Amino acid sequence: MNEPETLKDVMNYEKAFDCVQCGYCLPACPTYETMETETHSPRGRIQLMKLAAEGHISLHELEDPVEKCLGCMACVTVCPTNVQYDQMLEGAKHAIEKNKEKPKHQAALEKGLFEHAVPSSKIMHSVGNLTWMYQKSGLQTFAQKLGILSKTPLHLGEFASVLPPMPSPKQRASREKVQPAQQKEKLRVAFFTGCVMDSVFFTINEQSVELLTLAGASVVIPEEQTCCGALHAHAGRHDEAVALAKQNIQMLEDLNVDRIVNNAGGCGAQMIRYDHLFDEGSDWHKRALAFVAKVEDITKVLAELDGLQFTKPLNYTITYQPSCHMTNVQRITNEPRQLMNQLPGVSVNEMNDPDFCCGSAGIYNIVQYDESMKILDRKMGDAQATNAQVIVTTNPGCLLQMKYGAERASSGQRAVHLIELLIEAEPKIKQIKNV
Amino acid sequence: MEAKWITALKSTLGEKYVRTAVVDRHSYSYDGSFGEYVPEAVVQVASARQVSEVMKIANHYRVPVTPRGQGTCLSGGPLPVYGGMVLDTSQWPASIEVYADDLIAEVSPGTLTSAIHQEVEAYGLMYPPDPSSAHVSTIGGNLAENSGGPRGLKYGVTKDYVIGLEVVTPEGEITRTGGRTIKNVTGLDITKLIVGSEGVLGVITSATLKLIPKPKAVQTIMVAFASMETAGRAISTTLTSGILPSKMEFIDHACVQAVEAYEPSGLPQDAEAVLIMELDGHEETLDKELQEILTIMKQLEATAVQVPETAEAAARIWKARKMVSPAIATIKPTKVSEDATVPRSQIPLMMKKLGEIREKYEINLVVFGHAGDGNLHPNILCDERDQAEMKRVEKAVEDIFQAAIDLGGTLSGEHGIGTMKSPFMENEIGIAGVDLMKRIKQSWDPNNIMNPGKIFAEPGQRLVLSRE
Repeated sequence: MNEPETLKDVMNYEKAFDCVQCGYCLPACPTYETMETETHSPRGRIQLMKLAAEGHISLHELEDPVEKCLGCMACVTVCPTNVQYDQMLEGAKHAIEKNKEKPKHQAALEKGLFEHAVPSSKIMHSVGNLTWMYQKSGLQTFAQKLGILSKTPLHLGEFASVLPPMPSPKQRASREKVQPAQQKEKLRVAFFTGCVMDSVFFTINEQSVELLTLAGASVVIPEEQTCCGALHAHAGRHDEAVALAKQNIQMLEDLNVDRIVNNAGGCGAQMIRYDHLFDEGSDWHKRALAFVAKVEDITKVLAELDGLQFTKPLNYTITYQPSCHMTNVQRITNEPRQLMNQLPGVSVNEMNDPDFCCGSAGIYNIVQYDESMKILDRKMGDAQATNAQVIVTTNPGCLLQMKYGAERASSGQRAVHLIELLIEAEPKIKQIKNV
Repeated sequence: MEAKWITALKSTLGEKYVRTAVVDRHSYSYDGSFGEYVPEAVVQVASARQVSEVMKIANHYRVPVTPRGQGTCLSGGPLPVYGGMVLDTSQWPASIEVYADDLIAEVSPGTLTSAIHQEVEAYGLMYPPDPSSAHVSTIGGNLAENSGGPRGLKYGVTKDYVIGLEVVTPEGEITRTGGRTIKNVTGLDITKLIVGSEGVLGVITSATLKLIPKPKAVQTIMVAFASMETAGRAISTTLTSGILPSKMEFIDHACVQAVEAYEPSGLPQDAEAVLIMELDGHEETLDKELQEILTIMKQLEATAVQVPETAEAAARIWKARKMVSPAIATIKPTKVSEDATVPRSQIPLMMKKLGEIREKYEINLVVFGHAGDGNLHPNILCDERDQAEMKRVEKAVEDIFQAAIDLGGTLSGEHGIGTMKSPFMENEIGIAGVDLMKRIKQSWDPNNIMNPGKIFAEPGQRLVLSRE
């Protein structure tokens, strides 16, 4: 782009005119419910974004309503006039970020986190490895006993306490980069590991690849892949999100695969929107579209392959907490439920309002802890009312949040990724009966 | 320096419930209609006592008070035209107490209308008024605006289902009107005066609603016609045949096209007019009524008739009807939605006049609505950024109002007068009629603090849709 971008351009101002202010988004918005003011509703935020783009209110004033938005996009799903709130929100964050003068230490921390840590699998792995050390060394028990964790700012410690045990660095390093299908090959896929999934939930990634190959897909785990850029985009760091997207697009072009499969609702949601990062008609836009066409959530691929049968009855009642980005951005709602219903002995008990966000929302639960907890408490009430022993999720952020929620509510419930549950049910290659 | 009335409100209600930040004030400056007016404060209340205290302060300091539910209003009811405070009742906890044996329910103003529908159904009862925003709007707003909906044809509108109210007057008195009985002729009927008064007389803090037994079964019928005249005849023939459908909805050709382009829904695309009806009652009666209606439609040479056999198939037809609003919004971004209503026999003539208005001002004008009760929704699709177009739209709207009045109809069937239609009040009810209403308003609200700027026009006020 040669012309300097105006504030209205950055903020996707024209899209505000699609909103007819009918208010149909209000009942869908979690923060409208918990914060009890239209200021923190989609309709309010759209109005405020419009006013900020016109210069009637300042970007500084816009900051709080925008930062309190979870980005769950439940409003987009119910909007009768198809307002592209997702693009307005990203535009607003971008404008706010450009405008903001941050305290030096925070800026340095974010720079380090976004420019180096999140995209670098090496560093994220060492975060994972540190967590592993922390757990193995007994420091965790020690810290928990002393109550040190709860005193750290940003409440990181509280979330760390519910992290799963980590595989050792050796296990990590020994992962095969190419894994052939364990039955007749029906599909060739690249596996997208995801930063958080691959560091904190490494085992779930291993299990994902196992399920894919067992179901009839050959899997490659490309080393050239990088962070999906979702957290960058959500934080208004547009340029970095674009750079990461380009790297992933390029990575996939060099591979001979039918799909790129992920198991993190949030990553998938970012990747199926890569085309929005580029100007329509540009070369990168075309390349992005080719990438987008191959992005698929693992539940959809497993349902499509239909190559598994589950052998071990699990005598649980479960409930499904769908990832908002699965429901409202990727629009995948059937396949995860379809897989759950295939599990022997499992009864699925839907909670009231399952599409209400859990409050995890990327790093919302860390940076907006108090608001996140109000939403989580509402969610745990609904989850407990189902009498389910297991809460099933399809995204690492939700998984962590539900694990934390179960502990916070002392509900005695267990939160798992759907992949873990499928593995628990001991999948085997489906035997096709000859007709 | 903070205004004294704001300080007084904060010490009475607590800081948290008196919001004055720029972003909060702007977030309560609009509704589902046109215009933005920024209040000085947003005040959130949850009891009649609190409302009473707020009104006493407002009356003392002469500060305008504009009550607001969820702000879905299509006529500007909750717009704080003269600043002051928006009184937000949407966070008032929902409360529905059903007295099944009395066929009534007591509700709090912050209760969603759809929540009332659901709750009373559990008792085999029905609260008939069904505005299309029922899943978002509060009953408080419905009462203030006297909302209608498709079922108005058979069952009437909000005012027909309110038998008692608790109201806080502009001077802060908590009063009760009506009671809990169907028959009640004790004194003047203040209840009916308050319902539909658009918040200019007081704040509704509780309502006693009348319920009816829920019909056992429903049957949907969709009929297509080659001309508007035949559709009009079909409506009057049906209504004089001894059958009263619960809903009779109408969609014009342009709306059908828009819906099918937006989301293919199986509407008959070649039809000039489509009627969607719903019969309700006992199953055996429904069968007989259905046969009679089919005979009528055949005699009138309907081009297509659809009788869905399952609830799902019927739901698809009603979904297509619901799609009209969002679908036409894709024609152009700004939607000017009117609800001029005419005596039923005048529908074909009104449609003809609307066609002439469309030609005259070169605007995108489409029509759908509740044809069975004469309540049409002419919608003009335009672009608020196009000043010249908006000027033409203003003129077209004026013509629509005049056309309805000339045919013996009314400015507004269910949306309310609010800010936009007030300049036309005299045309319909005359100078003496407006004066009488003004005198009632004055006796209730001597300091004119209750939602000023609504219903009654300022001298010289006219319709403005273009943005300065």
